[in-house]
Amino acid sequence: MLAFFTQHNFLFDPLALFFLAVIGIVSLPSAVYSFSYLKGEYSAGKTRLASCLMVAFIAAMALVVSVSNVLVFLVCWEIMSLVSYFLVVFDTKHEKSIQAGMIYIIMTHVGTAFLIAAFMLMYTHAHSFDFLSIKNACLTMPAQTKNIVFVLLLAGFGTKAGIVPLHIWLPYAHPQAPSHISSLMSGVMIKTAVYGLLRFVLWTLGVQAFWWGPVVLVLATITCLVGIIYALMERDIKRLLAYSSVENIGIILLGVGLSMFFLYLNKPYLAVFALIAGLFHLINHAVFKGLLFLCAGSVYKATGTRDMEKLGGLIRTMPRTAVYFLVGAMAISALPPFNGFVSEWMTLQAFFLGALNVTAGVKLFLGICAALLALTGGLAAACFVKAFGITFLAQPRSRYAKEAKEVPLPMRLGMFFLALLTLVCSLGAVKIIRILAAVAGVACGIDTGGMSFSFNAFILQPQLGQRVYLSAPLLAMALALFGLAGFIVYTVAGKGKAVSYRTWDCGYYKLDARNEYTATAFSKPFRISFSFFLLPYRRTQKIWESFYHVKSFTYETHTTPVFRKYIYDPLLKLIFKSAVTMRRIQPGSIHLYLGYIFVTLLLLIVFMGQF
Amino acid sequence: MLIAILNILLLVACAPLVSGLISGIKNNLRMRRGQSVFQPYYNLAKLCAKEEVVSETASWIFKAAPLVVIASMLTAAVLMPWCIVAGPLRQAGDLLALIFIFSLGRFFLALAALDTGSSFGGMGSSREMFISSLAEPVFCLVVFTLSLQFGSTDIAAVSGMHAVSVASIIAATALFLVTLAETARVPVDNQETHLELTMVHEAMVLEYSGRRLAFIEMAAYIKQMILFFLIAQIIFPIALPVFGGVSEIMLWLLWYAARLVIVAIAVALVEVSVAKMRLFRVADFLGYAFVLSIVAVLCALLGV
Repeated sequence: MLAFFTQHNFLFDPLALFFLAVIGIVSLPSAVYSFSYLKGEYSAGKTRLASCLMVAFIAAMALVVSVSNVLVFLVCWEIMSLVSYFLVVFDTKHEKSIQAGMIYIIMTHVGTAFLIAAFMLMYTHAHSFDFLSIKNACLTMPAQTKNIVFVLLLAGFGTKAGIVPLHIWLPYAHPQAPSHISSLMSGVMIKTAVYGLLRFVLWTLGVQAFWWGPVVLVLATITCLVGIIYALMERDIKRLLAYSSVENIGIILLGVGLSMFFLYLNKPYLAVFALIAGLFHLINHAVFKGLLFLCAGSVYKATGTRDMEKLGGLIRTMPRTAVYFLVGAMAISALPPFNGFVSEWMTLQAFFLGALNVTAGVKLFLGICAALLALTGGLAAACFVKAFGITFLAQPRSRYAKEAKEVPLPMRLGMFFLALLTLVCSLGAVKIIRILAAVAGVACGIDTGGMSFSFNAFILQPQLGQRVYLSAPLLAMALALFGLAGFIVYTVAGKGKAVSYRTWDCGYYKLDARNEYTATAFSKPFRISFSFFLLPYRRTQKIWESFYHVKSFTYETHTTPVFRKYIYDPLLKLIFKSAVTMRRIQPGSIHLYLGYIFVTLLLLIVFMGQF
Repeated sequence: MLIAILNILLLVACAPLVSGLISGIKNNLRMRRGQSVFQPYYNLAKLCAKEEVVSETASWIFKAAPLVVIASMLTAAVLMPWCIVAGPLRQAGDLLALIFIFSLGRFFLALAALDTGSSFGGMGSSREMFISSLAEPVFCLVVFTLSLQFGSTDIAAVSGMHAVSVASIIAATALFLVTLAETARVPVDNQETHLELTMVHEAMVLEYSGRRLAFIEMAAYIKQMILFFLIAQIIFPIALPVFGGVSEIMLWLLWYAARLVIVAIAVALVEVSVAKMRLFRVADFLGYAFVLSIVAVLCALLGV
């Protein structure tokens, strides 16, 4: 083991360093947060175990992005998956954790199987496990093999990233882990899959066929839409965030796919710009999703529930958490002046700039992708109005929410750090983008020395010579100035004072939390207009006391989990069925088993003889 | 810089007039003798003088939202190339940024509506976010068409001297439909009633009164002005003024105003001749707008 570390088995190029930085940025506040989060939640021994697992998890992720040997990479990848599995099932109290862990461990191994297949194909060609030798060998790899390797890698890393329809595990596993781990999983772990794609597809293989880029783009667009539509339907706040991670991975992959597309078309400048947009969204998502999960964890810690329908009014009992959540919600809804706004603008701009430089049919394709990204943005804003509004505003809907207390300092510190970063990433966008240009250049194999994406230290300019600018600092300044002016006008203008009174209730005089809009009610218009996909159904049940009198009436509304019902359940049934069939060859006779071993041995000898 | 500030002031001063004008035209078409076109100003003055009622359940979000809304609309306004060559803050953002800035104001208004704990507020908030999220892709494709036509998403580039093409007219029509939705006009919403069935924007601001309501209304006027101005710029493109004599500038101003009036007349005509749609028909309505914007992209690709 020691020998391994002393050999040159690491590759610290800008790509690796970038991902290490992302891991560090989210791990630090999560670790600080966990000090008080774990206290009181678990027994002393379990708390220590949780801390150990967290450290192992962070270390595994750091190793994944920095090793330079395929075999070692796989080992680290597996350690990362296993440690995170233990963290998912950490809350053994809940039946759900075990189930979530099961789905997670199966899906992650299906993904790893694809990766192993891809790496073996690469090895048979390169006869080496070293990244650099594989990269060199790939120059002479036949096109057909490259296509197969690409599909295998996309499926393997896609499972980890949560690309639809391989996202199935993500909304189960992420919310089930302790909240600081959720923030690490959603903020960082799924990004290691993006690292894998960049490292092995862009850096190693190079884009070889025209269809690679569009395939990633189409998958990414579907992922965005499906993720956010499911997020909108959710009433469990952590699952809502998990589904929104699916959406954001889609946005990141839009940048990556676009970059692959332009690489094939030999447009280096656009390829680098698109990848910068993707990478910038990656770091932004790590920051604000980390923040949102920590906030959701604080809410859970203070109230004991993740169900939004039981929350409400927390802005009064937990004012600071509310502010941090609001910052995260604004950032993820791409509202100026926070960071999500800048990276989503850049992604859209990459589409628009790209469309100016391609042929007609492709223009329409890019336009529709961009429009669907805009739709995703609109739905995301609606989703986070719901998440913040229902959880933190109006009157508390339950006793737990009413009696909530603000969380202790270490938890607030973790959240404050990330909230601050959302603003820093936005105001310092130009600086960050200059660094990202180098990272994107390494990933694409392009010299970015002569490229410039900014007008000056505050103003972004995607294409030189074009008068398209964006400046988050300027916008922030304008917003602040006008806000201040508005405040002055407000205080000066009217002599009329403000009085406090009941909310208008049509003269009913009994307005309480039951009159408030709920999360389910809020999402109803969306549920109806997307019913072709969500397939909502109702279940009503009347309990009759007598022939004339109904004692109680229950009414439930659900949406059909399309992917589970039409893809995974039939698949599972098939596997069980074939397992039952397979059992016939296991009758319990030792002679027969010896026969099997003998036949296997013979076949292996014949098989090995071929080499 | 002075001219820029004067421009913004002029815009802010004129914005309510557009709304007054629309209701004036509507009243004329309906053969009614209605309020004066300056009624929005009287309303604002009245609201500023009135006592304000703030709900007991409301938090600071409710109190801060009007400021955020007005600040975001004014920020959007300074990006626009109103009368001079470019907006005073041209380098702060482009047409795409405008979409995001609009959604900032909307986000806070929707939160403030949830904040009071009334069912009306929740209803308005939910509906508003629903409609706007469906309007967003249309807006994006309109910008896409313009970008294909003029090679840039810069607002000033779109507003420069250019020939009117089929693509830009169709794009402007799609934008017109979006504008009806975004400014709470009739087939989508109704500014004139407080009936639950039609409540979208009005339901969101139901709890507001006094100066805060004045702020929100002012912001709505400014947003309407910006959208009308964009449509006018696309359909009636004109060269921007070279600073000549005073009379020349006056002539330009007159032409600018005339174009806005034409858009206002179109809105008024739609409002008196179409019935309010049921909420779930709005999805279809914006679906048509989406198809229209795809046609616009196709026309731009064909070069017509």
